[in-house]
This record gives sequence, structure tokens and C-alpha cells, in this order.
Amino acid sequence: MSDTHAQSVGFVQKTQIPPSPPPAAETGAFKWMRENLFSSTANAIMTILGILAIYWFASFSLPWLLNGVWDAENLSQCREILDGTSGACFAVIAERWNQLIFGFQYPSEEYWRPFLAFLLLLVAAAPVLFSKLPRKMLIFTGLYPFIAFFLIWGGSIWVPVFALLGFVAGYFAFKKLEKQSFAMGFFGGVIAAFAFWWVSGFITPDLSRIIPIDLPAVPSRDMGGFMLNLILGTVCISLSLPIGILLALGRRSQMPLIKWICVIFIEFIRGVPLITLLFVANVVLAYFLPPGTTFDLILRVIIMITMFASAYIAEVIRGGLAALPKGQYEAADSLGLDYAQAMRLIILPQALKISIPGIVNVAVGLFKDTTLVSVISMFDMVGMIRGPILASTDWNGVYWELFLFAALLFFVVCYGISQYSQWLERQLNTGHSR
Amino acid sequence: MTDTATDISSVNPEQMKVSDEVAIDIRNMNKWYGTFHVLRDIDLTVYRGERIVICGPSGSGKSTLIRCINALEEHQKGSIEVDGTKLSSDLKNIDKIRSEVGMCFQHFNLFPHLTILENCTLAPIWVRKTPKKEAEETAMHFLEKVKIPDQANKYPGQLSGGQQQRVAIARSLCMKPRIMLFDEPTSALDPEMIKEVLDTMIELAQEGMTMLCVTHEMGFARQVANRVIFMDQGQIVEQNEPEAFFNNPQSDRTKLFLSQILGH
Repeated sequence: MSDTHAQSVGFVQKTQIPPSPPPAAETGAFKWMRENLFSSTANAIMTILGILAIYWFASFSLPWLLNGVWDAENLSQCREILDGTSGACFAVIAERWNQLIFGFQYPSEEYWRPFLAFLLLLVAAAPVLFSKLPRKMLIFTGLYPFIAFFLIWGGSIWVPVFALLGFVAGYFAFKKLEKQSFAMGFFGGVIAAFAFWWVSGFITPDLSRIIPIDLPAVPSRDMGGFMLNLILGTVCISLSLPIGILLALGRRSQMPLIKWICVIFIEFIRGVPLITLLFVANVVLAYFLPPGTTFDLILRVIIMITMFASAYIAEVIRGGLAALPKGQYEAADSLGLDYAQAMRLIILPQALKISIPGIVNVAVGLFKDTTLVSVISMFDMVGMIRGPILASTDWNGVYWELFLFAALLFFVVCYGISQYSQWLERQLNTGHSR
Repeated sequence: MTDTATDISSVNPEQMKVSDEVAIDIRNMNKWYGTFHVLRDIDLTVYRGERIVICGPSGSGKSTLIRCINALEEHQKGSIEVDGTKLSSDLKNIDKIRSEVGMCFQHFNLFPHLTILENCTLAPIWVRKTPKKEAEETAMHFLEKVKIPDQANKYPGQLSGGQQQRVAIARSLCMKPRIMLFDEPTSALDPEMIKEVLDTMIELAQEGMTMLCVTHEMGFARQVANRVIFMDQGQIVEQNEPEAFFNNPQSDRTKLFLSQILGH
């Protein structure tokens, strides 16, 4: 250090000791094992017991997995091939692949449509998930819901086109009226959109006849398999996040009426099991609707799951909002930002970042909960396995293979979501580290 | 207001003279927290270009007073007029006053998710609707003035406390405020960083900015203030020119406070 220090101790370091490698016994796998696996007698015993447990598990599961039969017509043929040896009958997955993925009623010549919709989903989600991608890709993300609807459900192209134009009309009305006040712009936009949809309801049938651009229509009850889980999961997660944010802000609102509506909604939904809500969607909702209205079952289920998830997300985000120091609100206020600007630019980016683990938790849970629709006799992946596949004479009794496959598919998606969230957290980790 | 391009060193001391124009007018202002009477009958007129230092023991209401001026706290009785605009519960009114009044906090309150430059350009872009490029030029100008232009693309968490507080000052200045409020700007800083922040504030004062500053830096008060206000238990106990205030305090409470704060 400084020379004063050297003088006070009476010592001066004159040479620099060159760096040298550590002793050989202190490096490599041997050292790691000695330190981590056999550091004490208890540790060594635990290590050996652990290895034995792994061996025991592998000794019966590995032959079962590796000896699996992939090519067979039905279970009895499968058993013949195995001839008494241990082995899985994965042939069911190969033979019923299309049913597991698309359900048993989706017309097979149209399988390319949901598959294309899935590929486009990856494109549409990319700019939302990765901020480094060009922002212009978000235009496609905005169009995607209408494209996906047209691809999966088919029918006349004019239905999604007019639905999209309704949103455009609402947006322009909002922009026009926003200058007077935000509330006026908001309600003006909503009214304009609904007016547009109402009018287009008269035009669509005729226009579809004059200019018929359409795909063969597939009704909602024909949706099934993992496709149904993906549809429900994607739609509900993307809808429940904005609704959850609004509910969380509403719950912290200064206005008592808004606050109490949000509190009652959140507390009610959180106090009710999802399965109850799904039964309500399936059975009870029909009583409240005017007779003769056919209200799409998937839409009813989407509404219920979205309400359920948004209540949970609202609570997660409320936690994030409460965790922000009061000074952030004050600094935003003192600069003259209005409420909407302060929330959008200062408060929410930080609160959402804090809430990422919780939101991902809800999203993963929600995606897995979509299998609950099998209880209200919708044929999602689990519904397909429990119903048509296991009930068939060909494959009666192949539980392990099918549910293992279902578990694997869900695991891949959920683990992917979880890994993405951890990556995102690292990306956003700017402020607190020096 | 001083042109932003003015070189500080060329400012004539004569320009520091206080005008007759009223910047802030507080009349008979009272505030309660629940039933606790925090501010009692505050009367205060601040003239354009004045530098006022407010001191007093903790809990005396000095921070609350300046937070009332930009409506971070509501007052329940009396009136506050800033730049001729009367503070009411009308949100438009409050936002207008807030965009004219800059404020620096004890804990800086920079936005940790934005870079230093973005911290400075955010309000001009969204509140003043300044084009981004122009806002960035202004921001760089003020960052140069507080002597940290090279940190513009870092995040607040990467800066020292003193640097953060100077960024906070620059962020306020980017809105071209006519009045600056400081709420104990140096209380959370290490001694060596206090000086760099005070130097920035002194420069600002020399340019003729109207300043209200809650601080315990009595040296700063002596050097810069043209009025020192002493508050205790929610009241303004004494106010005077710094020379008279420090050398010849009138009330016993002030004398006791000064002996405690200057005594060591």
C-alpha cells in the first residue's frame, strides 16, 4: 500500500511472487468427491445408500423404458412381442398420437391448421418474451389472435376480420376522445367497437356469400387433446395478466367503489375451487342465459379460468406494488407524471419485475389446471386418455405409458416457462447490484 | 429564469439579488395527521430567487411543510399559492404545480430500472412532450453541470450516493423548474459526498434559482441562504437573515437548538 504504512511496519515487499497452480491432490473429480460425497462417515453412508436407491429404481425402470415396444396394433399384440419380459407399451402413443394431440373429432385432413397456428404462436410470442427482437414484430403479435382463431376454428374469414376492425375502430375512437379525458376516450372506444361489431353482424353473412373466403368450420366441441390444453393455457394466461394488473391497481385505488368491487371479486374467486367454477361454466351458466342462445363451451371455460387466474395474479402483483418504496411513487408524483404515466412508466415495470416468480407460479399452475376440464367432459389430453383411449378394447390398461407421456409434455412446457422466467429475472436485474 | 447555457463562473453576484415577485405564498396553513396537529398556522412568503434554509429538530414538521408545497402531502386548512396557481384538490392543478417545482429527496428516489439518462429524460418527454432527442440534449447538459455526464448510460444502483443525489438534482432541473425543494438532500450521505452535493446546490443558488432547503448543513445555510427558518413543534419559531440568525438568535428554543447543533 502506501509508503507511510510500510514505514510504520518497517517492511517493504520488493518482489512479486509469480502465480503457480495448486497441488494436484487439491483439484479435479477426486477432490470434489472427497469433499462432497465422503467428507464424513455419515456422509459416506448417505452416499452409498443414495447410490443403492438409484440403482434399485433404475434396475426396474430402465429395462421397462428401454425394452419398450413402439410398434403394435393393440395391447395384446404388444404383450406378445414382449413375451413376458419387462417392457413398456409405447405403441399406444404412436398409434393414438393424433388423438392425444388433436382430440378424436378434429378432422384429420385439417390437422395442418392447428399445427400452423402453433408454429405462428411461437413467432407471435417471441417479441413479447424477448425484448431484443425488433419491435415491429409486435404488429404480428397483435394480429395473431385473429389468425389463430381463423386457422383453428375455420369458417368465414370475415368474422375475425370484422372482429379485428372493431378493435381498430375502438382504438381510433379512443385516440380521438382521449385528448378530452381518459375516461371519455375509454368509454368512447368501447362503444365504438361494440357498435361496429353490432353493425358487422348484419353484413357478415351476406359478405361471406358474395366473397367466400373460408376454411371448413370446426365447432368447439370437436377441439381436444393437448391442443385444447394449449389453447386454454395460452388464451387464459395472456388474458389474466392484464386483468390481474387492473384488479391489483383497482384494489389499491383511492376510490372506494372501485376498490370494493375489486376486493369482493378477488376474495370471492379465490375462495372458490376452480372445479366449481368449471361446473358453473358447464351447467349453471346456461340457466342465466336467454333461452336459445348457444354460448360456446370453450368460451365459457376460458372466462372462468381467466377469472380464477386473474384473481391470483392480482394478489401477486399487489404484493409487488406494496414492496416498492413509497419514494418511487413520490418521485413520480413530484415530476408531474399523472397517475397513468406513473403507473405505466415507473411503478408497474418495477412491481411486475418483483412479481415475476409469483406470476410464473400462477401461469404454470393455470396451464396444468387446464386438465381439469376433463371433469366436465371436455376431451383435453387427460380427458382423451381417461375416455376414448383407455376405454377402447385395444388399449384398456396402458396407464403408465399414457400418463407418463402426458406428464412429459406438461413438464416440457412448464419447465420451459420456469426457465424463461429465471432468465428474464437475470435480464431485468439492473438496479440493485453495484 | 436563468438561461441554461449561462456559464456559472460568469454570473455576477449582483444577479443574486432577490426580486419582489412572489414565488410561493403560504397563508395560515394547517395540517393534521389524523388528530395530530403537525403544522400550525404557517405563514410564509417566498420571493423569486430567494434561498431559504429550513432547520429544526426532527418531528418539527419541516419536511412536511415543503412536501405540502408540491402536494405530496395534503393540507387541511389555509392556502398555498405557487407561481400564482392555488393548490386545490384538482389533479390538473396539482400536476401543473408539480411540473414547475423540482424536488430532491433524502433517499434520492431515482428510478432503479431506468438508466441515468432515461431518469432525466422521462418527465420532459411524457409531461412536457419534448421530442426525445431534445430531451436527451437537455439531460446531457444538466448531467454535465452536475459533473457526471460519463455515467449517463449506467443504472442508479451502480453509482455512489453522492452521484445519485446529483443525478436526482439533474433530473429535477431537466423539467426547467422555477422553484426547487430539497428535503434533507445530504442526510443519507457519507461526509465526503456531502460536499459534492452541496457544491452543486451552491452553483444552482448562484444562478438565481428559488430554493427551499430542509437541511442541517449550517455551513451551507450561512454561505447560501438569504433567510433561515427555524421550526419547532409544527410552528415557525424564528426566521432571519443567516448572519443574524446564527449570531444573535432571539428565542430560547432557537438558542438551545443552535447550541446543540453547533456545539461540538
